[in-house]
Amino acid sequence: MSEITDLSALVRRADVCAVAVAECFRGDGEILANPIGTIPMIGGRLARATWEPDLMMTDSEATLITNDEAVVAVDDRRYEVYNPYRRMFDVVWSGRRHVMMGATQIDRYGNQNIAALGGTPRKPRTQLLGFRGAPGNTINNTTSYWVPGHGPKVFVEAVDVVSGIGYDRAAQLGDVARFHEIRRVVSNLGVFDFDTPDHRMRLRSIHPGVTTDEITTATGFELVIDDQPATTRLPTPDELELLDTIDPNGTRYREVPDPQ
Amino acid sequence: MTEDEVIARLWSGMTVGIGGWGSRRKPMSLVRAILRSDLSDLHVVSFGGPEVGMLAAAGKLSRLTFAFVAPDVGPAAVLEPHFRAARQSGALECTELDEGMLLLGLQAAAWRVPFLPTRVGLGSDLPLVNDGWATVVSPFPGPGGVAETLVAQKAIHLDAALVHLNVADERGNAAYTGPDLYFDDLLCEAATAAYVSAERVVRSGELLAAAGDVARLRVNRLFTDGVVEAPNGAHPTSCEPDHGRDEVFQQEYLASAKDPDLWRSLLDDYLALSSEADYQAAVAARPEGDVR
Repeated sequence: MSEITDLSALVRRADVCAVAVAECFRGDGEILANPIGTIPMIGGRLARATWEPDLMMTDSEATLITNDEAVVAVDDRRYEVYNPYRRMFDVVWSGRRHVMMGATQIDRYGNQNIAALGGTPRKPRTQLLGFRGAPGNTINNTTSYWVPGHGPKVFVEAVDVVSGIGYDRAAQLGDVARFHEIRRVVSNLGVFDFDTPDHRMRLRSIHPGVTTDEITTATGFELVIDDQPATTRLPTPDELELLDTIDPNGTRYREVPDPQ
Repeated sequence: MTEDEVIARLWSGMTVGIGGWGSRRKPMSLVRAILRSDLSDLHVVSFGGPEVGMLAAAGKLSRLTFAFVAPDVGPAAVLEPHFRAARQSGALECTELDEGMLLLGLQAAAWRVPFLPTRVGLGSDLPLVNDGWATVVSPFPGPGGVAETLVAQKAIHLDAALVHLNVADERGNAAYTGPDLYFDDLLCEAATAAYVSAERVVRSGELLAAAGDVARLRVNRLFTDGVVEAPNGAHPTSCEPDHGRDEVFQQEYLASAKDPDLWRSLLDDYLALSSEADYQAAVAARPEGDVR
């Protein structure tokens, strides 16, 4: 039996995550794919190098570049177009973008917090980054989330501060929020979506080697779980080769180490 | 002008917009002049970097309008400990925004309209941390026939703007030669008075030669009121391509949030020296200095 079993024993979790990230961008066509974080950058590049060749991607600064590598020295960048900071708002507010953000907290409807923890909104116990662009991203363009350390303090019953808005908040707003879409949440344990009648978070697939129990224990709210949850697919040999081109130094393995 | 001449035109309690972004191209020589001045009770508006933490730690700041404060925002966002301490103590009054709302607030001020409409912010918890929060019903029907209710982002008027560019001319035009102008032109346009510091100041008519490309001449003297020559003036933040960020200095600054003695010595040995020239000399003399 199986070659498949052997392969899943060899597979590395970070590679599975990168492919799962890449899958988030499938079907996006000619938009700005803006994955933020190590594995998101790698996964986004993988999507462009395979099934979404029209995606545009940033150099993390002021230009859009065509390089496969996730991190490129200035002199090696192959430029498509200038995209300084202020220009990004034109892209976001036009809707021609799919961002993948991080989340210090996320709840069952996809409300995200990157602003502050505990205390009161005006006097938080722990001040984080601020709201950054999260409110504007989530109401204007497609959003996905990346959580490298899935745990009950991240996947929470209720976020302390809503910076990126989830499906319940968007539903209350009505038609003005018609551009809102939380596509997916990818963590080091599995892939989640909101393809349920009331847009509660659903376990879409479990990464190979992870159990459903592991995921429910690490999640601070009740997930929608189908009878037979799928397993996140393995990278193909071609994809593995591409991943080594995109991330030659293996930074993805530092962000998501192999399970013990 | 000198930094101190600019600061002499500022007053306690005013609203100051500070240019740059994160830890990039901040008008730090002007910020240092504030640190050594008697100014206090400032309201700062910023895409915030270390200037926010320094002003907060030195007790100059009473109010902050911001979307983020970070030493850098990249794949691994780093938090700003001096700012966090001020925020967590409750001492710093804050108006929080999405980055795009900050853009619109400045643009509204520049265009002399009371607000600009946007859907940015709807549904979020920003109303809990933003005293100027308001919505407006569109006078036009939406695509579904119903008029949309949008956020009315209030104009953010600045009493003064402080920005640092790569090169300026003596009359107050200025150019960026690095990757991004950020919002520096807009800050100047939203301000009653705007002061430009620059790595170098050239004679009128020589700005194009210094900047290399007419598309880079973006700060217009119609909107500026004073120019300061400040080589390495953005230190320790970056000012590409003139100089990179002084990571060693920045790390020490970040560490000083948990070490009052270190903060005191950063003030005494650098930040609160009696002139910018003394500061630059002290930085240049650092054995581990990373000043290019």
